[in-house]
Amino acid sequence: MNPWLNWVIFTIVILVFFLGSVIMFIYMERRVLGKMQARIGPNRVGPFGLLQAIADAVKVLMKEMVTPANADKVVYWLAPIVVFAPVLMVFAVVPFANGALLADLNIGILYVVAVGSISSIGVFMAGWSSSNKYATISAMRMVAAVVSYEIPLVLVIASVVVVSGSMSLNDIVLAQQNYPMLLLQPLAFLLMFIAGCAEINRSPFDLMEADSEIIAGFHTEYTGMKFAMFYLAEYGEAVAMSTIIATLFLGGWQGPFLPPWLWLVLKVFFVFFLMVWTRTTLPRVRIDQLMSLAWKFLFPLALINLVITGAEVLAYPLGIPWYFIFVNIAIGAVLVLLFSRLYKVGGGRVAVG
Amino acid sequence: MALTIGFWILAVVAVIGALLVVVLKDVFRAALSLVLALVAVAGIYVTLSADFLAGVQILVYVGAISILLIIGIMLTREVQQGNTTNKFRIPAFLTALVFFGVLCFVFLSTPWQVSGVDPLVPTAGPLAVKLFGEDGYILTVEIAGVLLLAAIIGAIAMAREK
Repeated sequence: MNPWLNWVIFTIVILVFFLGSVIMFIYMERRVLGKMQARIGPNRVGPFGLLQAIADAVKVLMKEMVTPANADKVVYWLAPIVVFAPVLMVFAVVPFANGALLADLNIGILYVVAVGSISSIGVFMAGWSSSNKYATISAMRMVAAVVSYEIPLVLVIASVVVVSGSMSLNDIVLAQQNYPMLLLQPLAFLLMFIAGCAEINRSPFDLMEADSEIIAGFHTEYTGMKFAMFYLAEYGEAVAMSTIIATLFLGGWQGPFLPPWLWLVLKVFFVFFLMVWTRTTLPRVRIDQLMSLAWKFLFPLALINLVITGAEVLAYPLGIPWYFIFVNIAIGAVLVLLFSRLYKVGGGRVAVG
Repeated sequence: MALTIGFWILAVVAVIGALLVVVLKDVFRAALSLVLALVAVAGIYVTLSADFLAGVQILVYVGAISILLIIGIMLTREVQQGNTTNKFRIPAFLTALVFFGVLCFVFLSTPWQVSGVDPLVPTAGPLAVKLFGEDGYILTVEIAGVLLLAAIIGAIAMAREK
């Protein structure tokens, strides 16, 4: 196919998928949250309240833009773009069907991790340039969280790459022909889910947007469309993380009967449902809990998981036999139990440093 | 042709970013220009078909090192004072100029060998074989790892409260 035609088609596909998913995610989050908290949620705009997100977007568009007098103007204006652009760029390597993706990079997943890490600079720019103490505190917290959680995230992704033998997302999906990676790497899925939730600042790890302590965090000083960009980027990151988890662990577009893209969408929404579920269930963590969870729980487990995976792949270079599904589930369960015994947070004290 | 245009755009952006790091008064903006320069360098790696290197460049330099740099700036007192200079201003400029001249001389006078072979398409696999395969650099990689570990432990030991 003509590369320019390919580029145009997949740019449109990605934009539609992205915006559609973001709108549906916002709707789903509010409705599921409502149901789980025994209330109704938005139900007035359109059928079942489906158009609520669009109504909110229109409202935000018509708001006045306010720039703080002491803000570092250039950085302040650039920040929403630096946060938003990388989120959209992640989807360039996500396959919607076999070979149906914008760019089949052979470093696929490395590209995702690398591009995803740029967003944190944007958050930092927003926090710093607003010249607002809450925004700055939020930016500091964000960086502490992202830098810590990126390490287990990359280690877990590395173990998936070791099993599938490729970094290209399309090849990773093809490697899950017989059974999804979730069965072969149950511990990795758990770690990836936790680290992913922390990486995209979702509750219970949403310390940087803890309304009760630091207002809205880094986007406190943003109004109108610039605020909408942050909002969009936040849910866009949720879409991106759900898509990556669905692709790496749930077999991406693979599935019987239904068309491939529909399978991918269903899996993405399933992963996001899990995220909403954890959000309603768990209270927000403290900053010391956040740090020790990353360094004392996720990091060693991810490292052990990588070593075990490496040993399995070395022992069976032609493909890990199916009965290792049970072995790995057992190993994962034992390790999680063991480490949750070892894992203590300063005896309930706030232990910093 | 497109590659050449891409290279020139990236090269100009990288040089402008690097210059801004030195020229800008605001330290925070200087750090952001450094990020810009590093991203442009990653782009240049892409034009050289070193995609793995480009990915790692973004991940390590843009995603981690620059963040640590910015944290360092935020923890510095008197950021408002900006990029201060001291009495080494002129000597430092002269040294940099001499170094720049030497670099230019070396780059221009070296007969660079241009390979006629097309670049390998999946770069990650051959790179791993080169590093960890036979006659590879496994010992060097391991020594680098141990060195980094020692540095981290040393940093913790120094930063720890007595």
